Amino acid sequence: MRVAREAPAIDAADLTREFRTKKAPPVRALEHVDLVVERGECFGLLGPNGAGKSTLIKILTTLLLPSSGRALVAGYDVERDPIAVRRRINLVSGGDTSGYGILTVRETLHLFARFYGVPGPVARARADELMAITGLHEKADTRLSSLSTGTKQKLNFARGFMSDPEIIFLDEPTLGLDVEASRQVRSFIAGWVRERPHRTVLLTTHYMVEADELCGRVAIIDRGRILALDTPRALKRSVPEEPVFSLSIGAGATDFDALGRIGGVRSLSHHAHPATGAVELRVIVEEDQVIGEVLGRLKSSGQPVLHLTKMEPTLETVFIHMVGRGLDDDTDGSAPAESR
Amino acid sequence: MTGDALAESLRVNVAAILARARVRVVASWRETSWVVGETVFPFLTMSAFVLVYRGLHAPKVYEAFVVLGAAMTAYWNNVLWSMASQFFWEKEQGQLQLYLITPVSRMSILLGMALGGMAMTTTRAIVILLGGMLLFGIELPAGRLLPAFGLFLLTLAAVYALGMILSSVFLLWGRSAWHTVTLFQEPVYLLSGFYFPVRFLGAAVGALAALLPITLGLDGIRQIFYGEAAHGFVPVPWIAPIEVALFALFLFLAHRALLLMETLGKREGRLTLRGQ
Repeated sequence: MRVAREAPAIDAADLTREFRTKKAPPVRALEHVDLVVERGECFGLLGPNGAGKSTLIKILTTLLLPSSGRALVAGYDVERDPIAVRRRINLVSGGDTSGYGILTVRETLHLFARFYGVPGPVARARADELMAITGLHEKADTRLSSLSTGTKQKLNFARGFMSDPEIIFLDEPTLGLDVEASRQVRSFIAGWVRERPHRTVLLTTHYMVEADELCGRVAIIDRGRILALDTPRALKRSVPEEPVFSLSIGAGATDFDALGRIGGVRSLSHHAHPATGAVELRVIVEEDQVIGEVLGRLKSSGQPVLHLTKMEPTLETVFIHMVGRGLDDDTDGSAPAESR
Repeated sequence: MTGDALAESLRVNVAAILARARVRVVASWRETSWVVGETVFPFLTMSAFVLVYRGLHAPKVYEAFVVLGAAMTAYWNNVLWSMASQFFWEKEQGQLQLYLITPVSRMSILLGMALGGMAMTTTRAIVILLGGMLLFGIELPAGRLLPAFGLFLLTLAAVYALGMILSSVFLLWGRSAWHTVTLFQEPVYLLSGFYFPVRFLGAAVGALAALLPITLGLDGIRQIFYGEAAHGFVPVPWIAPIEVALFALFLFLAHRALLLMETLGKREGRLTLRGQ
């Protein structure tokens, strides 16, 4: 099959994936997804856990078949021509590690380069470059069995770039990394795209900042459907100019449904801090004065308000507007924490 | 596929085979704990059988059967623990998907595992063989070493091809891989006649056991070394062609099993889900 060099990096049409189990009703992880990502883009897929991001990536990386629809990667059909697709892609799944404990960091990078036919001298030079950029050079000759989890994750990240892929799929690449390592990873991705204008990144994340910082375009996905797709700036502009407030309240029982029923509250989401139990509330109101009512209700119920900020529109605001809940909400997909 | 594309594909696949094989070889030299687990313990089992035969005043050649059988068990254990169950462990570690998204044939990955496994196990087998020969005074007729070695190589090819089939089967069976290994280990110890001539299993059971390439190979190697005294089950001239046929059949079935495994896994989403 001859493919035009400049076929889009990703071209998915009407893509649906259903998972069937013996005991439970079928689950639709993707529903009629249409998506075109052009060459040279750093494209973000933003959505909560279970939104369908990883399912979409698995289909595009030939690990999973779609139930219906069609997906082309670099112009090649993922079902009919998977080998041609695999020659052009690589995948990094955040939180995962790669390699064998008995091998060193350098040997691991070299091993995976060989699976893509990267010649030895090129693989060695590339491994050195990647280890320097990701801060792995000091551990180059250390066996994986002696590395920390975070270092193994960095190695897994570097592995994905050893084949210098045309299209790289980064599935939550900073998951589980500390702040500094996450910053290094984001900086590397930005540099990689900048220096290689024809290379494409498809990044899935549920960190808003990551998508905002790296991606030229972002799709918001929830429950298998793409709800919006545009540049981060355009998405933020699309949010109605209603005031958004962030409140931090102390641990304790709060009737969020009652807060959501206050007149003038458009949308409300909440997320408990796992360590302190403090709850962060995001409230979208019709006008500023309404927040006074919310504060009054919290005060009368004995809930101390620790912090109050009026927020500029962010991708999270966009997400809350689209979906009716935050990305990190404590509710599952079947019961959105939306109140109106 | 054009000639250039074919040559490139061949180059990439050969590189992948060697790279995967190297992991096994490196592991065997860096992780020396195998000396105890894979030579000392088999040595004890081997010694027990030799002493039983001595106690029963069995001909000396029976002690040679045991030593040769003990050396071959190293390969069967390697096929089961490091070959058949390898894809399953790779999946559990989240690593299988990294192999599956590479542009190389899955057969190349398995071939790499097989070659590496053969190389690392040969060290163990040689230690067991030489140790047994020295300790129990076993002699192998030097003039028959070459044909025996030829049959040994054919046997290994067929045994590891069988391991390639099992690799896909174990992956699809999923969580019971550990038990499946055990299921294949002890019965094969018996059926392969590692410690006695397989002829004594009787015609029916012997014929069933002869489907295992390791049974046939061991039977043939013993006959090459010790002739009539080996109590051979299948005539030696038949064994090499049968091993070649089994190798070709197993390789074909391994290819089909891999395709089936991958298609089923991709359809049902089981290739990348751990604990399935």
